[in-house]
Amino acid sequence: MSHVSPATGALESASPVHRESGFHGPDRPKDVDYLHCIHCGLCLNQCPTYRLWGLEADSPRGRIRQMVLVDEGRLPLGDSFVRHIDQCLDCRACETACPAGVEYGKLVEAARAQIEQNYRRPFSSRIARSLVYRHLLPYPRRIAAVARLVRLYQNSGLKTAARQSGLLRLFGLADREKLMPPVEQVFFFSRLGQTFPAQGQRRARVALFAGCISQVSFAALHEATIRVLTANGCEVVVPEGQLCCGALAAHAGVRDIARQLARANLDVFLREGFDAVITNAAGCGSTLKEYDQLFSADDPAHRKALEFRRKMRDATEFLDSLGLTAPMRELRVHVTYQDSCHLAHGQKIREAPRRLIRAVPGVELTEMRLSDNCCGSAGVYNVTQTQTSLELLAEKMQCAAETGAEAIVTANPGCLLQMRAGSEIHKTGQQVLHVMELLDRALRDVPASATSRL
Amino acid sequence: MQRTIIRELERLLGSSGVLSSPEDLLLYEYDGSVEEAGPDAIVFPRRKQDVVEIVKLANRYDLSIVGRGAGTGLSGGALAREGGIVLAFSRMNHILEIDAENQRAVVEPGVVNLDLSRAAEKYGLYFAPDPSSQKSCTIGGNVSENSGGPHTLAYGVTSNHVTGLEVVMPDAKVIRLGGRAMETPGYDLTGLMIGSEGTFALVTEVTVRLLRLPEDVRTLLAIYDSLGDATDSVVDITARGIIPAACEMLDGWTLRAVEAYVHAGFPLDSAAVLLMEVEGVREAAETQADEIIEVCRRHNAREVRRARDARERALLWKGRKEAFGAVGRVSPSYYVLDGVIPRTKLTPTLLRIEEIAKRYGFVIGNIFHAGDGNLHPLILFDHRDRDQFRRARAAGAEIMQLCVEMGGTLTGEHGVGMEKNELMPLMFTETDLDLMRKVRAAFNPVGRLNPGKVLPLGKGCGETRLQPFPQSAGGNA
Repeated sequence: MSHVSPATGALESASPVHRESGFHGPDRPKDVDYLHCIHCGLCLNQCPTYRLWGLEADSPRGRIRQMVLVDEGRLPLGDSFVRHIDQCLDCRACETACPAGVEYGKLVEAARAQIEQNYRRPFSSRIARSLVYRHLLPYPRRIAAVARLVRLYQNSGLKTAARQSGLLRLFGLADREKLMPPVEQVFFFSRLGQTFPAQGQRRARVALFAGCISQVSFAALHEATIRVLTANGCEVVVPEGQLCCGALAAHAGVRDIARQLARANLDVFLREGFDAVITNAAGCGSTLKEYDQLFSADDPAHRKALEFRRKMRDATEFLDSLGLTAPMRELRVHVTYQDSCHLAHGQKIREAPRRLIRAVPGVELTEMRLSDNCCGSAGVYNVTQTQTSLELLAEKMQCAAETGAEAIVTANPGCLLQMRAGSEIHKTGQQVLHVMELLDRALRDVPASATSRL
Repeated sequence: MQRTIIRELERLLGSSGVLSSPEDLLLYEYDGSVEEAGPDAIVFPRRKQDVVEIVKLANRYDLSIVGRGAGTGLSGGALAREGGIVLAFSRMNHILEIDAENQRAVVEPGVVNLDLSRAAEKYGLYFAPDPSSQKSCTIGGNVSENSGGPHTLAYGVTSNHVTGLEVVMPDAKVIRLGGRAMETPGYDLTGLMIGSEGTFALVTEVTVRLLRLPEDVRTLLAIYDSLGDATDSVVDITARGIIPAACEMLDGWTLRAVEAYVHAGFPLDSAAVLLMEVEGVREAAETQADEIIEVCRRHNAREVRRARDARERALLWKGRKEAFGAVGRVSPSYYVLDGVIPRTKLTPTLLRIEEIAKRYGFVIGNIFHAGDGNLHPLILFDHRDRDQFRRARAAGAEIMQLCVEMGGTLTGEHGVGMEKNELMPLMFTETDLDLMRKVRAAFNPVGRLNPGKVLPLGKGCGETRLQPFPQSAGGNA
């Protein structure tokens, strides 16, 4: 305990001696960043984990204070610190709330880099992290191989057997299994290197960033995105040689891999003079736009990253500024919009997706309560912190259901997966669509089916 | 704290309801202020009965108890100055009832201020007190500090909006004060409780009034080349019997700091801006806005802008509500003061503050609720420099003394807490303070609740006690 002695007005445990920082090595939370925190507490009620538990340690202010304490040598970089930093969703809602402009995302990623370098996780966790971040995500072929195995499981009846046998429930995996990305029949990898011509007059020439897991789980979303872009006068190139954006690695503190991936992508996407580089994944987009933070100012990659940043656009952001020109049919559907954290908080884009949704004839948009509160997906959070993720999802589905909308529209694959699982778990019957999918359905000249007006 | 006490607390609240590890204690030694003091344990009750049992246990082991909402306070009110238990209300955060017909709500103390207004919005109602921290601060905290906000000018402070309380007394008895009506017979104990900064009892339920959202709101921004003209406008507006819902002023230095971040459209070369709001039925709001514009022009306003829509209005308010934080981007820390002066003394007071700033070698920005003369000077300093911290405190004390000299008070809305308790003799005689001690003793005879707050510690000693140097980083708001 360190409190003020009323008699002397001195801190009883105050020690003027300089203690050694608990941070070692590169990539550490810097005082120039954390000093802006004036511990006013305006972030608290915007933080999903603080809202759940009401604990200072799981609030942005508390997490920043823990980083400061570790840096000052007053708190060990140990189990308690790691637990609270791990429990952060990195949704960055606190950045929206912060009046002092603290870049919390940058701080928490640096704290995770410190944990990665200086903290020994349990054996199983070390193996799993190393497999995923170092040996799977950077390698497209391995992603495809794993995806084929998962597809086998999902299609072979094994999944049904596993679900029915109660085995999954026995291992506590029942809900987690629902959150797993479904693997598509055709992977998007086959599209790498292709160019899709603009329909009508060419208004822009853009590159599509295809991602990692998206290539095997969201190929259909990519195809929809390409159709929407080309229909609106864009020539779409899917450059070969592109890799995972590195967001998952960076969020997990595995900075060396994130850097390696960033360098490769910078080379690929800057090779040609595209008008823009487009992603339909808000989570990837915010990392892609912040590649410069991975490199020191004297690294040539830093300059490239800044150049790249000027080209990088979220699909909604780009189409909104370009303006929709393709004719759209009427979709008589009532929707609500869920702000993807890394779009609203990370990239400060809120209006563009809403304007696109309203641009579709016949669509009615009703705002949901807490639309910019995280749905619990948060990268791999739904796998690493499943219970918390499910609690957040439950609240999200409640808010979405209150609107009476038939569909939830969002702007990030992770959120799509999470809320599709939510719709199933909570039996709300709401469809979950990406903005690009909604636009695509309005473009396609197909008659509305009897069961769904989408 | 003894292991046996922790175990008893855990038996009451479950292990997730008690924190006592050194790592956790470190996170409750700060709030939104420049003060620091840590507890021996933190407990998280979920219901009134939990609070009762915690108080009984504290009595058995002779421990002090400090209530805490969100810890956004600016005078150290939620800090355990003498150790003991911090009782955090963050899990007692349910809105128990919204009675739209009678414009009442009953809430637990941990409900966040803005969450209540959001929940009431669908009935066309809201909770009027709007401190700048309303996104996070709790109704319980508002009650304890008698919080105000920009709209205090027209609608008053928290005590004008609370009609009833349920509290747990230091002897663990549960008492109900006031009720649902605006006025109850007998002594106004509800009024006495509000603003007692957690030194009388622990609040477990609050009955509040909700106001009807106004039909129309007009937000104006007047821009001045001289601070004097801005303050003269305020005096003139109120002298004409116009009561704006809010009337906020930012001086040149502060508006530049804010503009750099918020981009609210404050001209960088101006000396002061006034942010004013009138509301009511459409025609009245319109007429009042016109009158205000005329007064501002007469006092040489360079320009008066009207917010054209809700978006522009929100942007102007963002410039004001996030002003403290914006200053945090400029300086490693700052010390925000809270004093009140008669609004007719604004100009001479600001000149004297400028003098003090020069003498101490600090930049002092000024932001204030101009309509009711509530000043928030911000002293910029670097808390890592021990000497600067000491001088910032001394400059702050001088400014407070100045406010009292001008016929004002030591605090408008942030409370006394452990920040200003030693300054109380600037305003009150020993007889006054003795009466306050007796009142406190009637509720809290052994000083179990929030010790070391509000009243001076050393009896009869009016000198300012130097506060300790804060141990770790983080600035101050």
